Amino acid sequence: MKPTDIADPDYFHKVVDCQWACPAHTPVPEYIRLIAEKRYTDAYMINWHSNVFPGILGRTCDRPCEPACRRGRVEEEPVAICRLKTVAADYKSDITDLLPQAPKKKNGKRIALIGAGPASLTVARDLLPLGYEITLFEKDALSGGAMRTQIPRFRLPAEVLDEELNYILDMGVNCRFGEEITSMRDILAEGYDAVFVGTGAPLGKWLDLPGHEEAKDNIHTGIEWLASVAFEHISSVGKNVLVLGGGNTAMDCCRTSKRIGGKEVSVVVRSGFEEMKASPWEIEDAMNEDIPILNFHVPKRYIVENGKLVAMEFEKVRKEIDANGRRQLIPTGEEPAILPCDDVLCAIGQENSFPWVERDLGIEFDQWEVPVLNKSTFQSTHEKVFFGGDAALGPDNIITAVAHGHDAAVSIHLLCEKQDITKRPNPLTNLSSQKMGIHQWSYDNDISADFRFAVPHADKQVTLNDINVEVELGFDEQLAFNETMRCLNCDVQTVFTDKLCIECDACVDICPTDCITFTQNQKEPKLRTNLLAPAENDEQDLYVSDLLLTGRIMAKNEDLCLHCGLCAERCPTNAWDMHKYLFNTAKAENACQS
Amino acid sequence: MQAEKYPRKTAATMSYINKPKFKHPQMQTNDIGLTRRDYEGTLTTLCGGCGHDSISAAIIQAAAEMSLEPHRVAKISGIGCSSKIPSYFLSKAHGFNSVHGRMPSVATGANIANKELYYVGVSGDGDSASIGLGQFCHIVRRRINMLYIVANNGTYGLTKGQLSATADLGSRTKSGEESQFDNIDMATLAIELGASFVARSFSGDKKQLIPLLQAGLSHKGFAFIDVISPCVTFNNTDFSTHGYKNTWENHIALSEVDFVPMREEITTSYAAGKEKEITLHDGSAIHLHKTGNDYDPTDKENAMHHINAHKKQGKIATGLLYINQSTADLHELQDTVDRPLNSLGDQELCPGSKALNDINNTFR
Ligand SMILES: Cc1cc2nc3c(=O)[nH]c(=O)nc-3n(C[C@H](O)[C@H](O)[C@H](O)COP(=O)(O)OP(=O)(O)OC[C@H]3O[C@@H](n4cnc5c(N)ncnc54)[C@H](O)[C@@H]3O)c2cc1C
Ligand SMILES: Cc1ncc(C[n+]2csc(CCOP(=O)(O)OP(=O)(O)O)c2C)c(N)n1
Ligand code: SF4
Ligand code: SF4
Ligand code: SF4
Ligand SMILES: [Mg+2]
Repeated sequence: MKPTDIADPDYFHKVVDCQWACPAHTPVPEYIRLIAEKRYTDAYMINWHSNVFPGILGRTCDRPCEPACRRGRVEEEPVAICRLKTVAADYKSDITDLLPQAPKKKNGKRIALIGAGPASLTVARDLLPLGYEITLFEKDALSGGAMRTQIPRFRLPAEVLDEELNYILDMGVNCRFGEEITSMRDILAEGYDAVFVGTGAPLGKWLDLPGHEEAKDNIHTGIEWLASVAFEHISSVGKNVLVLGGGNTAMDCCRTSKRIGGKEVSVVVRSGFEEMKASPWEIEDAMNEDIPILNFHVPKRYIVENGKLVAMEFEKVRKEIDANGRRQLIPTGEEPAILPCDDVLCAIGQENSFPWVERDLGIEFDQWEVPVLNKSTFQSTHEKVFFGGDAALGPDNIITAVAHGHDAAVSIHLLCEKQDITKRPNPLTNLSSQKMGIHQWSYDNDISADFRFAVPHADKQVTLNDINVEVELGFDEQLAFNETMRCLNCDVQTVFTDKLCIECDACVDICPTDCITFTQNQKEPKLRTNLLAPAENDEQDLYVSDLLLTGRIMAKNEDLCLHCGLCAERCPTNAWDMHKYLFNTAKAENACQS
Repeated sequence: MQAEKYPRKTAATMSYINKPKFKHPQMQTNDIGLTRRDYEGTLTTLCGGCGHDSISAAIIQAAAEMSLEPHRVAKISGIGCSSKIPSYFLSKAHGFNSVHGRMPSVATGANIANKELYYVGVSGDGDSASIGLGQFCHIVRRRINMLYIVANNGTYGLTKGQLSATADLGSRTKSGEESQFDNIDMATLAIELGASFVARSFSGDKKQLIPLLQAGLSHKGFAFIDVISPCVTFNNTDFSTHGYKNTWENHIALSEVDFVPMREEITTSYAAGKEKEITLHDGSAIHLHKTGNDYDPTDKENAMHHINAHKKQGKIATGLLYINQSTADLHELQDTVDRPLNSLGDQELCPGSKALNDINNTFR
């Protein structure tokens, strides 16, 4: 193998598993350390710059960082990264002085943002401080998008939502709320320098089965129903409720039903429990609220009596893997299940839809009616029109919408500065030694062996009776501190200087996880299996040195390193040192680097 | 506003942290359900880069692979950095850290008392070639069934780097002191005095060291391994023959050894013509790879000749240097009781006046 180029910004970034996995590349371990030091405000601002909605995301993020967390590989459960974000948000002091200001004097460029969800708001946040004049169109009366209309208040309190939305709106956005855009032609005619479409995926799917027409009044799509509850157009539901679907929307629907009158609320899914798309913790929360989940039930028809929905019929099936390895649902031949219900909530998916974008404007759509985009600039086939969030690539999550927003803001800024928008700015990186003394580091390398701490919940009697009471109480300061101590500081990198190595094996002998091997150079696949701890995760690069005195190389399995610094402590020549690697994606403000 | 942290759970008594307990997920357990990490000792207090730590690591690996039961191992040492090594492996084994140069006496006594344990003696070149040289000679001569390791760095590390008796003529320490005398070669001395297993290795070369340790542990009789183990702090100069550089460049394996544990004996076959198999008393085996020089480790004179010939050229002969499986150990020669002394009952220890009379009668 060729020696590793650690100057490649991706190399050490990949080692910070959580940050690499985060769509917005939030510097996770850096803020976790700040929380340990009770520097909540600083921890919050690191988050705010990366992911814009720390308090919201701390409560609601899909957490792609957590399955990636190293702790899950070397112990069992990841660090509670997401809930630590909540801690930063809840315990911070007033941050208004730390927020960027929009300059009084504008730069003369006007940008239209359509839809006031996280994607558009991120674009606004990035462009306002640069002097852009931002007009934000939203069909609803309030901003927030699905964060307001879909995510129930018992998961995300209104104060948290409003606070973080206002940080952006208060910078001076020209809000045109309550205005549904029905023609892209009209918007373009207003002469904006760029238009960003962040309209989400607002189209819920129906389950069109026999009986649908008669039962229509009591069949709802999950997302429309949740929005109606959020805006208090709906405040009750029937006694028996069936929620169809196994995703997060289904979990929000069933838990909401329980709070507004549903007594017997069940979730019904076609396939197996294990195949449910909802996050494990959301399923767990629903089950904690005594909501049964029936699996292997395929819906067949709505049963209507006297013109009113009374039940649904389901065929019972089992799973089989066919010759091609595909999952098949085979009817068991049992009697169909008849489940009584007063209301049915269909939470079986949603789509983006653009009936309001005229097809003769030069904005191309593919065969699935999805806009054709450049995946890194988010530019459509119309130079001035950009898409982001769920509108761009279909329903996803808030943090992805934020990441799109940042990228689109960079593109818009480059476009307005008449630069090539495909030349993306380099990330901002910094690598610096953490050595303070022979056995002293400026980070706490004595990590805790504790298992993950659970977030305490409020009393179920209380939360089930008031839809606005937040279920999760969040970590208190002591629990939060204990949890931070589980973080392995994966951003503190082991940096190897081959010229200094005397091949004494001190690092090999001390390393708790056998990361380091001195061996003959070989082709990568062979080298990976010949390491003391074989490197099975191909996504994580090996750290490989140049030839050493004995003609061998140092090869390190980065995938299992605990960042404990013991190799560097034992190394007699400082061939190993621990360097903190800070990585931030470039935002619009850093876009014009030349 | 930087507030104070909560008090730490673990008060760090040393300046560095404990080795985290996490291990790599694919780590194997051995026949008795232990992982290599279960064979560790306390965290080392030696200088980072000291060869002695690699010897600990090699012993840990060797013992884990052999599925040794830690409670069936006794570790004995003298004084010196090298004699601290037993603290850093097999914390669940028995141990005796004795006085300077006196490890052989303690090992002999222990071995006579309980012949059923594995004895691992760890000493230094100062401990065994200076103050303890006399003791060393006698334990070899008495054929104690044990593995005797000398962690040889050509210096007294613990007392800050004086030249030891194994330092080669002309070798220089970090302080600039040059050896004016010929060295004592512990390996040839051991062969000369009747050791039945003699090897030399290098702490940096675990591929070689680990099978030698395993063979030495399995060998019945006195097994001696001289391990070049650089003192990174006081004797690792470019002018030291015991430093990393010189040892990497000049150690030459007379034979390459694979160790085949007992349980694998039937399944592992050796390549005829390229390898030679030596079956040990406990049923395990050594596979000797021919290295082109047709070295025969069962020939005593030949062994001495090769070691000296290499030395003349500034080379260090390593590998299995000499093995003789037909030597009886002390217990066999003295026809001692079959069982450990602590398992004997009153009746056996005090057989009564009739037995005494019978013994006395044999002298009349
Ligand atoms: C029930 C449910 C629960 C969810 N829970 C989570 C969660 O816990 N965590 C998570 O990360 N993600 C969650 N999501 C997904 C997440 O909400 C979205 O991925 C995210 O909000 C997408 O952001 P966006 O900015 O692209 O669009 P949205 O947030 O959908 O915002 C789009 C906005 O555009 C407005 N709009 C649409 N069309 C027009 C128009 N023509 N004119 C004017 N305005 C218009 C809409 O009213 C809306 O306000 C959930 C989704 C659902 C349905
Ligand atoms: C009776 C006695 N004399 C002298 C000493 C001082 N002393 C301690 S260790 C040592 C030499 C150790 O050298 P070596 O055995 O080579 O061990 P190393 O530290 O080099 O590993 C000496 C002379 C002592 N502890 N006891
Ligand atoms: S241990 Fe810490 S730094 Fe490492 S992946 Fe997990 S949260 Fe991130
Ligand atoms: S920091 Fe060094 S010693 Fe610690 S786990 Fe990583 S490679 Fe091993
Ligand atoms: S002084 Fe030398 S022998 Fe002693 S611990 Fe340090 S390096 Fe090892
Ligand atoms: Mg010594």
